[in-house]
Amino acid sequence: MKKYFNYIALPAFALGLVACEPEFDNDITENQDFYTSGSADFSSYVSVGNSLTAGFADGALYITGQENSYPNIMAQQFALAGGGSFSQPLVSDNLGGLTLGGMQITENRFVLATDADGNPGPARLAGTPTTEVSNIVAGPFNNVGVPGAKSFHLVAPGYGNVAGVATGQANPYFARFASTANTTVMAEALAANPTFFSLWIGNNDILGFATSGGAGVDQTGNLDPSTYGSNDITDPNVFASVYSQEVAALTSTGAKGALVNIPDVTSIPFFTTVPSQAIPLDEETAATLNASFILYNTQVLPGLASFGVITAEEAAARQINFSAGANFITIQDEDLTDISAIIQGPPFNLDPITAATLSQLRQTTNDDLIPLTTAGVLGTIDEAYVGFLLANVPNISPEQAGLSAIRGVSRPLQDQFVLTTQEQALVTAAQTQYNATIQALASANGLAFVDARTALQNVANGGVAFSGGILSSQFVTGGAFSLDGVHPTPRGYAFTANAVINAINSTYGSTIPGVDIGNYATVTISNDVN
Amino acid sequence: MKKVLSVVVLLLVCAVTYAGGYRVSLQGQRGLAMGHTGVAMVNNAEIAFFNPGGLVHLEGKLNIAVGGFGVFSDVKFQNAEFGQTSQTESPTGTPLYLYASYNVSEKLAVGLAVYTPYGSTVEYPTDWSGSHLVNSIDLSAVFVQPLVSVKLLEDLSIGGGPILAIGGVNFNRNLSRNLTDIDGNRSNVELDSQGLTAFGFSVGALITPNDQWSFGVNYRSRIDIDVEQGDGDAVFSNVPNSPLAPITNGTFDFTATLPLPAEWTVGVSYKPSDKWTLNFDWNYAEWDAYEALDIMFLNTDGSLALESINPRNYKNASSYRLGAQFDVSSKFVLRGGVYFDESPVQDGFFAPETPRNDSYGFTGGFTYNVTDKLAIDASFLYLTFKEIDASYDSYVEGGERVPFGGTYKSSAFAPGLGLSYKL
Repeated sequence: MKKYFNYIALPAFALGLVACEPEFDNDITENQDFYTSGSADFSSYVSVGNSLTAGFADGALYITGQENSYPNIMAQQFALAGGGSFSQPLVSDNLGGLTLGGMQITENRFVLATDADGNPGPARLAGTPTTEVSNIVAGPFNNVGVPGAKSFHLVAPGYGNVAGVATGQANPYFARFASTANTTVMAEALAANPTFFSLWIGNNDILGFATSGGAGVDQTGNLDPSTYGSNDITDPNVFASVYSQEVAALTSTGAKGALVNIPDVTSIPFFTTVPSQAIPLDEETAATLNASFILYNTQVLPGLASFGVITAEEAAARQINFSAGANFITIQDEDLTDISAIIQGPPFNLDPITAATLSQLRQTTNDDLIPLTTAGVLGTIDEAYVGFLLANVPNISPEQAGLSAIRGVSRPLQDQFVLTTQEQALVTAAQTQYNATIQALASANGLAFVDARTALQNVANGGVAFSGGILSSQFVTGGAFSLDGVHPTPRGYAFTANAVINAINSTYGSTIPGVDIGNYATVTISNDVN
Repeated sequence: MKKVLSVVVLLLVCAVTYAGGYRVSLQGQRGLAMGHTGVAMVNNAEIAFFNPGGLVHLEGKLNIAVGGFGVFSDVKFQNAEFGQTSQTESPTGTPLYLYASYNVSEKLAVGLAVYTPYGSTVEYPTDWSGSHLVNSIDLSAVFVQPLVSVKLLEDLSIGGGPILAIGGVNFNRNLSRNLTDIDGNRSNVELDSQGLTAFGFSVGALITPNDQWSFGVNYRSRIDIDVEQGDGDAVFSNVPNSPLAPITNGTFDFTATLPLPAEWTVGVSYKPSDKWTLNFDWNYAEWDAYEALDIMFLNTDGSLALESINPRNYKNASSYRLGAQFDVSSKFVLRGGVYFDESPVQDGFFAPETPRNDSYGFTGGFTYNVTDKLAIDASFLYLTFKEIDASYDSYVEGGERVPFGGTYKSSAFAPGLGLSYKL
C-alpha cells in the first residue's frame, strides 16, 4: 500500500499546492513594479485645503462625503504603489449638521426629495445631528481640509479655537480636530509628517464674494486680511504671500506634492442653473408692465443721455422691456450711475419712491449670473416693500402695492442676488492672479501642477465621457455637482482625483491608476426630509 | 489506508471548480479519475450516471456506489486600468452521488441514481467592483432518477429513466454600481428560491461487440428550472426612501428561468490488455439554451415592479475526455485522465457569476478493494483555466451599456472519496 501511496500522493500534492491559489501572470498587487511611485514617496500623504479637500458636499460635511473626498480616493490608489494609510477627521453622522454646546449651528445636508407632485428638488435631510464641535477628535490626520478656509486662514493661529467659534473668530470644522487652541491648519498638516502632499486653497478667497452676488468688497490693495469680511475678495499679493509660505512649509522636509489651481465660478451650477431670463409673463402682464415703464424708456433715459448724465450706451443698457414668454430679471446694479436725485428734479419731477426704484435699474443680460439661491426669491412678493408703499404712497391700494413689489419684476433684485458682469470681472481678475501664483510656485518647486480650472471647464462645456454616460455640470442630472451647486458629488470628486493623479504621474513619473468614476455615486435621493 | 485518507483530507484544504457554465462534472470517483469518462465503460454503479444502458452489464445482483467531493473554487480578478482586485472566498461545495442497481434477470436491471450535475458557488467580497453583477451565487440541482436497463441483444443494451430535478438558487447582487441609502450602504437584492422541481430524462445505449471494445452513447434532456410567482423571495435592502428609487425595501416575488441544458456523450472504451483500459468520451452540451437570465420582480398583485435583463448568449460547447485505468493487482487499481473543456461563454458575455473559460482538467485516482464486495474509491481533479481578459458588456445603466471586465484567473482542485459495494 505504501508504495502506491507515493505514486498518487506526490503528484497529487504537487498539483494541490499549485491549485491552491490562482496566479496571474502579472499580478497588480503582488508585482512590486506594476504600479510605481516614480520619484515620489506616497508613504505619508497629507492633503491640505478647504471644503473641497474635506469632502464637503450637499451643503454639509458628512461621513460618506468624507469617504469620497478626492484625497481619500487618491490615497486608495496610492496604496497600490507604496501609499500608507489615510486618516480623516470623520464627523459623527451622515446628516452633516454641526452642534456647538448642543445647539445646531450648521444645517443638515441636502438630498434630492420629491414634492407632493413628484417633482424632484433639493431639500434638507431631517434629523438631529450628532457632530458636536467641542468634542475634539484626536489626530494627526492625513486630511486637513477645512470647509470655509481661505488661503490666509491656513496660517492663522486660533482658527481652530473652540472658544472662538461662537463669535465667528474660529472655524467650527477646524475646531473639531485642532490639537490645541492656538494651532494652525499648516501645523496640523505638518504633524502628520508628509512625504507627499496636495494643496488646494484659494477658492474661498473669491467664492464668498461670488456666491454672495458680489455683496462683499474687493480688497485688492488692502494687505491686512484681518480687516476682511467673509464675502470679500482677498488681495492677490496677500494670497501670493501666504500661499508661498504654505508651499515652503510643506516642502521643508523634502516632501513632494501637487498644487491645484482655482476653477472659474462660471463652471459651477450654483451660477449656471438659474437663467437670467427667468421671468415668465403672459402677454397682458407684459403689456401692463411695459406701459408703466414707457415714460422711463422713452423720456427719462434719452433725456439723461442728452444731458450727458449717462452715456447713450448706458441709456440703452437701462431700457426695460417685457414680452410674452421668458423675460430678463430687473435688478438694482450698483455699478450703474445713480440717477435717483436727478430724476426727482425738473424736468422729470418724479416722486422719491419711483426715483428710488429707477435709480440703478436695468434688466439682466445673458452675461449676468444668477446664484442658485436667487431662484427662491424670484417672483415672490417683497412684503416689507408692500408695507413701505402702503405707508408712504397716498391712496395706493394693497393690490397695487403688491403688484409693485414682485421681486425681479416690479421690485428690482438687490445687489446680492445677481453676480453682474462687473462683479464677475473682479472675481476673474483675482482668480487669474492666484492661478499665476500657483502655477509659478509649482514650477519653481518642481511640484505637480493640477489645472482644475481647465478640467472643470471641460465638465461644464459639454461634459466628459465615462463608462456609463457623460459627466457634466448640469444641476442635479449632470452628475458632477452635489445639491449645493458648488461642491462635487462623489463622482465629481473621483473625476478630480483622476485629474490630480494624472498631474502627479506626469510630474513624478509614477504610474498610479485613476479610478472608474462610474463607480461613484451622484446626488443622493431621499424623502426623509422636513 | 489511514495515511491515504489523511492525505486526501489534507488535499481538501485546497481548491476546486467546475466544467463549462454551471455544469459540475463530478459524478463518480472512478469516472472522474479517468478524465470524467465512462459512457462506454462498465465499471461500477456509476454507469447509472454515465450510461444507464450499461447497468444490466454489472456483475452481481446488487451494485451500489456512493461518494462525494470537496469542491473549492478560487477566482481572482484584477483590472489594471483602475487598480481593482478581487478574489472569491473559496466557498466549499460538496456534490454527492448515490447509484444503485439491481439485476432482476440476466436481461433486465433496475436502478436509482441521485447526483448533482449542475451547480455554481461563487462568493466575491461584498461590494467588490463587479457587485452590480454579482456578490454571491449558490446554485444547485439534485437529480433523482429511477432507471431501467435492458439487454436487447447480446452486444446491445439500452437504458434510461425519468429525472426529477430539485433545484435551488440563492443570488445576491447590488442594484447598480452606486445606488446607496443615506448612509452609503449599497442598495442590494437577494434572491432565494429552494425546492424547485422539474422533470427530464436520460437514455443511453451500450454496444459491446467483443471483450476489447465497447461503444456508448448517452443523452440527458434539457430541464428548465422555472421560478414562478410564489416560488421564492427577492429581498431588497438599503434602497433609499424615495419615489425616485427603482423599487422599495422589502420582499417581492420574482420569476426567472434557468435552463439546465441537454447534453450528448458518445464514447469508446478499449482494453488493450488484461490490465489496461482506455476511454475516450466526447461530450456536447447544448448551452445555447441559456440565452438570458431575466428576472422579473413582481408586486403582490402580480404586476411588474422591476425587471432585470441579463443576456448570457451561451454557445454549445464540447469537452474531450481521455482516461486510463491500470489494474495493479487484485487489490489495487490506478486511474488517470485528462480533458479539455470548452467554455460556452462568448466574448463580451463573461459574467463574473460563472467566470469560466476554456480549461484543462487533470484527474487521477485509485480503488482499493477492501474485500471482494467492498471497495474504496478516491479521485482528484485539478482544473486549470487559462488566464483571460474578458468583459461583460450587456449591463445597462441609464440607457448606456457599461462593460465590466478585467483579467480573470481561476484554478480548481476537487478531491473525492467514495465506496463501491456489490453483492
